[in-house]
Amino acid sequence: MFRFNEIKKSFLVSLWMMLLTFPIMVIRVNTIDNIIEWRWKRMFMVGVGTFFLSFLWRYLHSRKEAGQKRVETGESETLPLAQRLIKDRRLSVPAAITLAVFIIAFPFIFSMYQTNIMTTALIYVVVGLGLNIVVGLAGLLDLGYVAFYAVGAYSYALLNHHFGLGFWMALPLGAMFAFLFGVVLGFPVLRLRGDYLAIVTLGFGEIIRLVLENWNAFSFGPSGIANIPRPGFFGMDLSLSQSITYVYFVMIGLVIFTVFVVKRLQDSRLGRAWIALREDEVACQAMGIDKTRTKLSAFALGATWAGIGGVVFAAKTTFINPASFTIWESIIILCVVVLGGMGSILGVILGALVLILLPEYLRAFSEYRMLIFGATLVIMMVFRPEGIITDVRKTYKFKGLKNNQPTT
Amino acid sequence: MKPILEVTNLTKNFGGLKALDDISLTVGQGEIVALIGPNGAGKTTFFNCITGIYPPTKGDVAIIPAGGKRKRLNGLKPNHVTKNGMARTFQNIRLFQNMTVLENVMIGRHCRMSAGIPGAIFRNPATVREEKKVIEDSYRVLEKIGLEQFVNEYAKNLPYGAQRRLEIARAMATEPSILLLDEPAAGMNARETKELDDLIVRVRNQEKISILLIEHDMKLVMSLSDRIYVVDYGKKIAEGSPLEIKSDPAVIKAYLGEELDA
Repeated sequence: MFRFNEIKKSFLVSLWMMLLTFPIMVIRVNTIDNIIEWRWKRMFMVGVGTFFLSFLWRYLHSRKEAGQKRVETGESETLPLAQRLIKDRRLSVPAAITLAVFIIAFPFIFSMYQTNIMTTALIYVVVGLGLNIVVGLAGLLDLGYVAFYAVGAYSYALLNHHFGLGFWMALPLGAMFAFLFGVVLGFPVLRLRGDYLAIVTLGFGEIIRLVLENWNAFSFGPSGIANIPRPGFFGMDLSLSQSITYVYFVMIGLVIFTVFVVKRLQDSRLGRAWIALREDEVACQAMGIDKTRTKLSAFALGATWAGIGGVVFAAKTTFINPASFTIWESIIILCVVVLGGMGSILGVILGALVLILLPEYLRAFSEYRMLIFGATLVIMMVFRPEGIITDVRKTYKFKGLKNNQPTT
Repeated sequence: MKPILEVTNLTKNFGGLKALDDISLTVGQGEIVALIGPNGAGKTTFFNCITGIYPPTKGDVAIIPAGGKRKRLNGLKPNHVTKNGMARTFQNIRLFQNMTVLENVMIGRHCRMSAGIPGAIFRNPATVREEKKVIEDSYRVLEKIGLEQFVNEYAKNLPYGAQRRLEIARAMATEPSILLLDEPAAGMNARETKELDDLIVRVRNQEKISILLIEHDMKLVMSLSDRIYVVDYGKKIAEGSPLEIKSDPAVIKAYLGEELDA
């Protein structure tokens, strides 16, 4: 009965759609021969297509609602796949080994082009994890995050241009500059939240870009800075392909470092304060948390990772100009965090890989690339608004909890 | 009795509106004091003023912890007020919904901890010890309040009464010398209210925490409180023991209105 109803609804939708598209899809006036072509086959295709999509939509929706009901009543005992992978040792150990082998072998199996794309994706992983601190944990919607990315990139480019500093010297300095910028930009926005914060940060992002574009004496304006050296490997001369492989492994190392630090921050006193700030600002302050320091630390630490990402970006492309740091970049990074799952490290990693690699491999359909990209976002937000992987809070075991005599 | 909280001539204006007009109030050590009044009388504003959410227009708020020095609180930010030993709950529950019950309580311990960014990243022995201790302490608080069976549950999934108690647990974790409860029994049924009554008395007797509460449930107020303050339109209209308040003509007028003499 239920299914029949659904089919009927979908059928009506497809009828309606056929009627709507009738003038443009079916009728065609051939102005050369002065005849009207009736393309009934197209009408049929529209009908079948709409019926199918509409039915799929309904089916997914009902599944989602059923899933929610299960969660609410506490029926679902099985953990999500991602967590089973981590929890269950029989699965997690082989999975980890396979993954490690794949990561190490990647640049040797695939072409330079593929490795390069992967490195880009990994930069987004690091930057995304940084933004995850600001947006996912502390709940501060930052639309100008790319500014810190630019700070990192320009730190390396300018330090190298003026003082001849190498990549490894510039990396901590770039991170530090971004940190300082995070603090400086953090101060004025401390009182703001929600939409207001988003708009002000959006402004900041644009200000940084415009300054870089127009302050020729400082940043060489729109023509940018070229010939930025790739990372050095103990003073050895690397060929282009070796160098690309090397940057890839540097990035892998940085991702591991980032995950390690972010994970530790998240489980710390500070991390809890960030989440409390996201959940309820008033209560958070009333419970004795210094709002100012908590917000500033989130801003500054988030910015640090953008700075690191920026330095690697400059070293990888060897050329930067302000056009690389538009609002569009901020939005992509934000999408990485939201799509991946706010607050979840694994989610952000997956989000970055999907969002950066998908458009690259969809180059074949280059005309429809952005359409597919947009559709993916819409579908994700409708069916899984919490992101690919949901953040799950840490649980604690207390000895003897079962017989109500805790001893810890 | 030695006072623990002293509020003198507290006034708060919102533009031309006098939300609080010259209110003085004291809570003695180990006392349970209630603040009552009709809706919109300014009770919650009073709480917000003394906890630092609003700066008072005029007047003084001071806390004198047992064995400690008198400390002026007005002008301090809410987190400093909490650090000085005054914790509160909220009228409309303000828990950290997407954190576990234990984490909610751990947040309460935040201001008694000291780990910073380096500690979080390097996990030096001091930080590890502190983390271990905060988990244990928080669990103890949950035991006292009777929420230990929910320890790893998300706060949003708790039944209503348990959420109210979790707010109290979270406030208690800050080690307050005085606890401010804003309508703790709102929306509770008779049995839950009775449990709450016991809990509040237990907190006072065992933890030696003084309590100032706002409440509309008169049965609860009358049975719990040592003293009662009544406010209406931002003014204090009466103070005294429950018995005195019950028969005070000004209070009856505020709650039930005046008889018209035709």
